[in-house]
Amino acid sequence: MDIFLQQIINGLVLGSVYALVALGYTMVYGIIQLINFAHGEVLMFGALTAWTVAGVMQPNFPDMPGWVVLIVATLAACTVAAALNFSIEKIAYRPLRNSPRLAPLITAIGMSLLLQTVAMIMWKPNPKAFPNLLPTEPFEIAGAVISPTDLLILSLTAILLVALVWLVNYTSLGRAMRATAENPRVAGLMGVKPDVVISATFVIGAVLAAIAGIMLAMKYGTVQHAMGFLPGLKAFTAAVFGGIGNLAGAVVGGVLLGLIEALGSGYIGVLTGGVLGSHYSEIFAFIVLIVILTLRPSGLLGERVADRA
Amino acid sequence: MKSNKIALYVIAGLALVLLPMGLQVFGNAWVRIADTALLYVLLAIGLNIVVGYAGLLDLGYVAFFAVGAYLYALLASPHLAQTFPLFASIFPNGLHTPIWLVIPLAAGMAGLFGILLGAPTLKLRGDYLAIVTLGFGEIIRVFLNNLDHPVNITNGPKGLSGIDAFSIFGVSLGKPLAVGPFQLTSVAMYYYLFLALVLVSIVLSHRIEVSRIGRAWMAIREDEIAAKAMGINTRNMKLLAFGMGASFGGVSGALFASFQGFVSPESFTLMESVMIVAMVVLGGLGHLPGVVLGALLLAALPEVLRYVASPLQHLTGGRLDASILRQLLIALAMIVVMLLRPRGLWPTPDHGKSLQTNT
Repeated sequence: MDIFLQQIINGLVLGSVYALVALGYTMVYGIIQLINFAHGEVLMFGALTAWTVAGVMQPNFPDMPGWVVLIVATLAACTVAAALNFSIEKIAYRPLRNSPRLAPLITAIGMSLLLQTVAMIMWKPNPKAFPNLLPTEPFEIAGAVISPTDLLILSLTAILLVALVWLVNYTSLGRAMRATAENPRVAGLMGVKPDVVISATFVIGAVLAAIAGIMLAMKYGTVQHAMGFLPGLKAFTAAVFGGIGNLAGAVVGGVLLGLIEALGSGYIGVLTGGVLGSHYSEIFAFIVLIVILTLRPSGLLGERVADRA
Repeated sequence: MKSNKIALYVIAGLALVLLPMGLQVFGNAWVRIADTALLYVLLAIGLNIVVGYAGLLDLGYVAFFAVGAYLYALLASPHLAQTFPLFASIFPNGLHTPIWLVIPLAAGMAGLFGILLGAPTLKLRGDYLAIVTLGFGEIIRVFLNNLDHPVNITNGPKGLSGIDAFSIFGVSLGKPLAVGPFQLTSVAMYYYLFLALVLVSIVLSHRIEVSRIGRAWMAIREDEIAAKAMGINTRNMKLLAFGMGASFGGVSGALFASFQGFVSPESFTLMESVMIVAMVVLGGLGHLPGVVLGALLLAALPEVLRYVASPLQHLTGGRLDASILRQLLIALAMIVVMLLRPRGLWPTPDHGKSLQTNT
């Protein structure tokens, strides 16, 4: 039973990280119908920036408590990630907004590869240890353990979600975003500047991704140039799972995917009598994706939309 | 005019035939580079059917390459006989499948995989399709990596070695062959085999392009709904594109396995898929000469870079080596080509331009 509870906790923690990244995908897709392949790399840049900042601060201010370092590093990471995603959109996606769909998709893939390579050159390819900035003494709940990092991830995700829902539903920027997603041209006629709204969407997505990147770095204790790719893909799967373009869907999809992965890798060995081991866990996300796209392409919470000709 | 063209073809043909002799002077490694480049050309021609003609972005193309490579590796290496006593008793001399059987088999098997992948993804639009195919490529690689237990089929990350070289009419391509006073090396013979297959593929692909099927694919690429309205069976046509493209990949895979004598999951990463897409995009989506050009450029590039890179590596304190530089250039090529020349370096000549309104 405690193993089951443990896997549920792991799944929730992993799922909330996926949810944060998935929100970035889903918001961008909702507005310009583009999969921002480079989103995972924005996450990676955020995590590596945080690592650099923490690495500079710790020796220089040895008396500073870990959480202060963490906050400063997070702020720096969010700034870098936001600037990066803003420039990506401006340089690589905006000029192609009215070209055939394949064109921005290919630049997006190229951008993802470019950012990984640049990160490899800037930070060197080896995995780097991310310092422990929070106490590591775990809490015990009914036989399962949960670390302070996990608790922080869960609560911070909840706070960010509330903030995002408020932003989208109760501010003028949020209204402009929803209007642009509905119909960019009509929104433009109503005084919304679609370019500004799109840039804002990329910036918000980048901030969420950077925070998710730091969460991953703290959870696994390492950072490197390739760390963003797989979480990025899985988060995209989560966004599709929940219904792309739908914020609540991204969260539901992320958490469900995290649970499926954690429970799946925990029990696949037992279920298949040892034939398939936990190293197959990487493919759960893809199998979920293929099944969802075949059976319910609009996702769990998505509405069925007609193909835009 | 006509005789000029014929003269051009003859000269080009002679140059292609004599190329390995010329490269041989600089060493076997250069002929090997030419062989690899031809293999990439074959892959790019195959992917061009899916991406260029039918407009379906496939990011898992390397999976079909892997299917072909592992198929040949299993059918022509000691692995199966060593692992399973059953095979050892049926084939006491080990499995040595001839090329005439392997190439159709690899094409068929990969084509089948292509259709299997295509079937659930038919309804998906471009971007979803890209992700699903990418996932499919990763799934195949994870399986190749892990199918060494409980039953050892793929030998896991260690890969399969001791794969037979092809032999054609009793002439093994693995050993040097004496033709009169000349000595034909193994790599040179592979060069001719690959060259022949590339030429066949170009002709085949061109004939498909100008056929009813090719026109149907291009109609789907331009506007699927309109194509459907014109009576094209879009489902079957897309499946056909997937299957055809995949079978080219499968054949290249079998050639690769025989050429290398060794396969491991490491050769079939996402990076390879992206690189093949980059070749097609760089050269010119849907235009055969462009695709061949793109493949040759990107395949030869890393080898040339190896010589440029070492001083650069010195300058940057080891941060910029040849493989990183190559990755950087591929990424930049994809972005810059899409932004500045979205139809590639050598695009299809314009059709129906007069129909466009001046905006």
